[in-house]
Amino acid sequence: MELFNPNSRIDFLGARKISMTVSVVLILVSIGLLLGRGLNYALDFTGGVLVEATYKDPVEVDQVREALDTAGFHNAQVQSLGGTRDVSIRLQSLAEQKNGDKVAADVLAALKAKRADAGMKRHDFVGPQVGSELKSDGIVAAVFVMIGIMIYIGIRFEKRFAIAAIASEAHDTILTLGFFALTHMEFDLTVLASLLAVIGYSINDKVVVFDRVRELFRLTRKADSHEILNRAINQTLSRTIMTSLLTAIAMAALYLLGGPAVHGFALTMLVGIVIGTLSSIFFANPILYWLGVSKTDLMPVTKENPALARRP
Amino acid sequence: MNDFPRWKYAIVAVVLLLGILYGLPNMFVQQPAVQITANHEATVDQALKDQVQGALEKAKLSFQSIDLNGRQLLVRFPFGATEQQSTAQEALRTELGDKYVVALNLASTVPGWMRAIGAREMPKGLDLQGGVHFLMEVDDKDVMEKQLQRYADDIRSTLRDKNIRYQSVGRGAQGLVVQLRSAEDRDAALAVIQSQVPDVAVANGAQVGDAYTLNASVKPEKITEIAQNTIRQNVATLNNRINALGVAEPLIQQQGDTRIAVELPGVQDTADAKRILGATATLEYHAVDENASALDAEKTGQISPDDKLYYRRERGVDGKPIPVLLKKKVIVSGDEMVDASSAPDPQSGLPAVSVVLNATGGRKMLDFTTQNVGKPMAVVYKETMPEVKIVDGKEVRSSKTTEEVINAATVNGVFSNRFLTTGLGSNKEASDLALMLRAGSLAAPVVIVEERVIGPSMGVDNINKGVKAVIIGLAAVLVFMALYYWLFGLIADIALFFNLVLLLAVMSAVGVTLTMPGIAGIVLTLGMAIDANVLICERIREELRNGSTPLAAIRAGYDKAWATILDANVTHLLAALALMTLGSGAIRGFGVTLFIGILTSMFTSVTVTHAITNLVHGGRKKLKGLSIGSGYVAAAAA
Repeated sequence: MELFNPNSRIDFLGARKISMTVSVVLILVSIGLLLGRGLNYALDFTGGVLVEATYKDPVEVDQVREALDTAGFHNAQVQSLGGTRDVSIRLQSLAEQKNGDKVAADVLAALKAKRADAGMKRHDFVGPQVGSELKSDGIVAAVFVMIGIMIYIGIRFEKRFAIAAIASEAHDTILTLGFFALTHMEFDLTVLASLLAVIGYSINDKVVVFDRVRELFRLTRKADSHEILNRAINQTLSRTIMTSLLTAIAMAALYLLGGPAVHGFALTMLVGIVIGTLSSIFFANPILYWLGVSKTDLMPVTKENPALARRP
Repeated sequence: MNDFPRWKYAIVAVVLLLGILYGLPNMFVQQPAVQITANHEATVDQALKDQVQGALEKAKLSFQSIDLNGRQLLVRFPFGATEQQSTAQEALRTELGDKYVVALNLASTVPGWMRAIGAREMPKGLDLQGGVHFLMEVDDKDVMEKQLQRYADDIRSTLRDKNIRYQSVGRGAQGLVVQLRSAEDRDAALAVIQSQVPDVAVANGAQVGDAYTLNASVKPEKITEIAQNTIRQNVATLNNRINALGVAEPLIQQQGDTRIAVELPGVQDTADAKRILGATATLEYHAVDENASALDAEKTGQISPDDKLYYRRERGVDGKPIPVLLKKKVIVSGDEMVDASSAPDPQSGLPAVSVVLNATGGRKMLDFTTQNVGKPMAVVYKETMPEVKIVDGKEVRSSKTTEEVINAATVNGVFSNRFLTTGLGSNKEASDLALMLRAGSLAAPVVIVEERVIGPSMGVDNINKGVKAVIIGLAAVLVFMALYYWLFGLIADIALFFNLVLLLAVMSAVGVTLTMPGIAGIVLTLGMAIDANVLICERIREELRNGSTPLAAIRAGYDKAWATILDANVTHLLAALALMTLGSGAIRGFGVTLFIGILTSMFTSVTVTHAITNLVHGGRKKLKGLSIGSGYVAAAAA
């Protein structure tokens, strides 16, 4: 079975003005969403109390809200957890909430007062300090990943490749975050982990294309960079899509079967895979082209590193 | 043409066998059990085993076996008999009373020979088995304050010794302020403090009226040391206390500079846990009563009104606790101690603990030692736990104190605020004693900054869903690969399956705790591990299209793909490494899984598939084509 024409000569680079415009617009929209609407940070980051309650008989979210209102929890966020019996209740960082299980017990008492069949599945309490530290740890981790990747690609390839890689990483991260700002889905610790994995996944994709670019430049005598970049994308196209498809299949299984604990994770990964795949094709290479990568740029590296010179 | 050497086949075979061996323990289902351990005044022996057996039979509870190993007794129940397990716990608690800790546990059914070679199942995280997670912040403000007082004492006595007249040594806005009467005194004091109190940094301060001042502060490296000691001793004492909680496998871990993470699997009632975590510890030095026998006192119960019977922390050779008879009068208590550290005795080089008391403690010690040279003195470690009981429907608050003798030594000479405790068996013993002494004297309050409670049903639910996602995810990828790349897809499938086995084996052998994010990491690894095979297969197809012979195509395919695979995986490893080192909790578990998964996948998807491919194709001289699901095969072979 072959899904892709192995001799495809699609002029991806020719569409660079359109594709880059779309990318830039999407980045701006994402930044706008992040600044305007912001992320819906979960308890992990904001601090506060979370109670997951379960009822023996089906329950309406409004009913739960009413029960909490009567008990004086006015700013509680109530969400259904899929199904009709489970709800999550979130109380965000109130300064007086020193005692986590006290608040959780009060919440449960309030629910029980209204409906005797309510029970506690789990509860979390996170101090505001811990939450804000997690946020900064996450940013540090993301920056660390990007710098590490940039250095590695700078050494193994060339600085233009490093710049193109980092620009694509930033593009993928911002767009994925933009998706979360747009949908206002909860951004929790597993989503953060997944976001960092998206960076890892997406760089994997770019490296494969870059590798082919380098190889073609070295193989071809008269190298026109427009032609080479296009050929590199076309030749790696079937692997780019196959890998994305297979990873997406695995993530879809996780999303559908893994339960609510990994929903955010799997969804982030799915979104990241789509964005990462598209940016491998439409974003990373135009940047490489504009930075003016050429055959001569790739030569000095090989002299310094005999291991590379032996490679095709 | 076979370019795959024998030794490589051997390596592949050995690694796969080891993978199966170390991955296998995860297939053994754990069975419900009750674990019995002794508190300090009790022993675990055959008699206890008989007593437990009797109690279970009386309650008509069927069990599978009772094993006595070391200091614990494990009662196993048939699979799924969780109700029996909890009834048995109740029955045994009433039967055995306070002297024993009866905890619910899940017993491993991994055979002994596997355990002997270190093959074991992965421990499960709280999200997979239910329980309580606390993150506690250690507040070392009090400890720092106490250290400042100690250095103030030190400075005072040094100045007195050197006959330098000072006005006052007190607490300033930052650190200590020494006030002196003249510039000469100040310069002399500066020099003396610098040489005699090395932990303190001193500098000239402003002149206030007719007083000349010096500003003294504890050196940063000393502050770090104090902070580290504080958290270490807190971890140690928490370990002690949690044992009393009767949790089968608690986890107590330092996290960051000032935090301690505590995980108590199976616990649902946080109030009980908090009570124990909130205990306070102190120390008391007592004289040992040599005129009466502790053993007699224990037997007859006749104790002089001035005395009290204590027990040693460690046990005698017969496994029984050792009684000690001490005078009730306290010589020095924990709040008068400012430091305890293990260091070899400068004269003999033997393990010792050096203790520093404050000025008042030093005076009391001097009084005692002048009259009691050659007599023994003991240290009692006291822990007080608040307790809330419901009596007649009302809350009754009380506290429970446990006391134990952690050291007894002979007073060898007259000393005051600085002395050495020697006669310790090993350096380990010395550092343990120093830790306990600090725990009792430099208590730092802990505040719970994070608390998560996961119900047991949720854990079971999570693990079922996680396993299902792994299996279905794997199956979907396997089917897709086989359909798309035919034989080469099947070979990649075998490799992918072994990747899962190896991943589980390495995680189990290293002892990675399996969590929900970890399972997500496994699924992700499975999806991405196939990338290397896609790269290889696409390369081989390309080579075939370019007119290579099948065997040359295989060789070139692996050769050319390898460079790409390496670059792609190294960048990916960098990302996993960042997740592992910079993240906490959920993120770390995921990062570790990803990191191991990338490494195992590089082995399975390149070396293992190469071995199988060669095994299939290498022996045949004339190969017409390759089953790689590409229409160009025939053309190339023709």
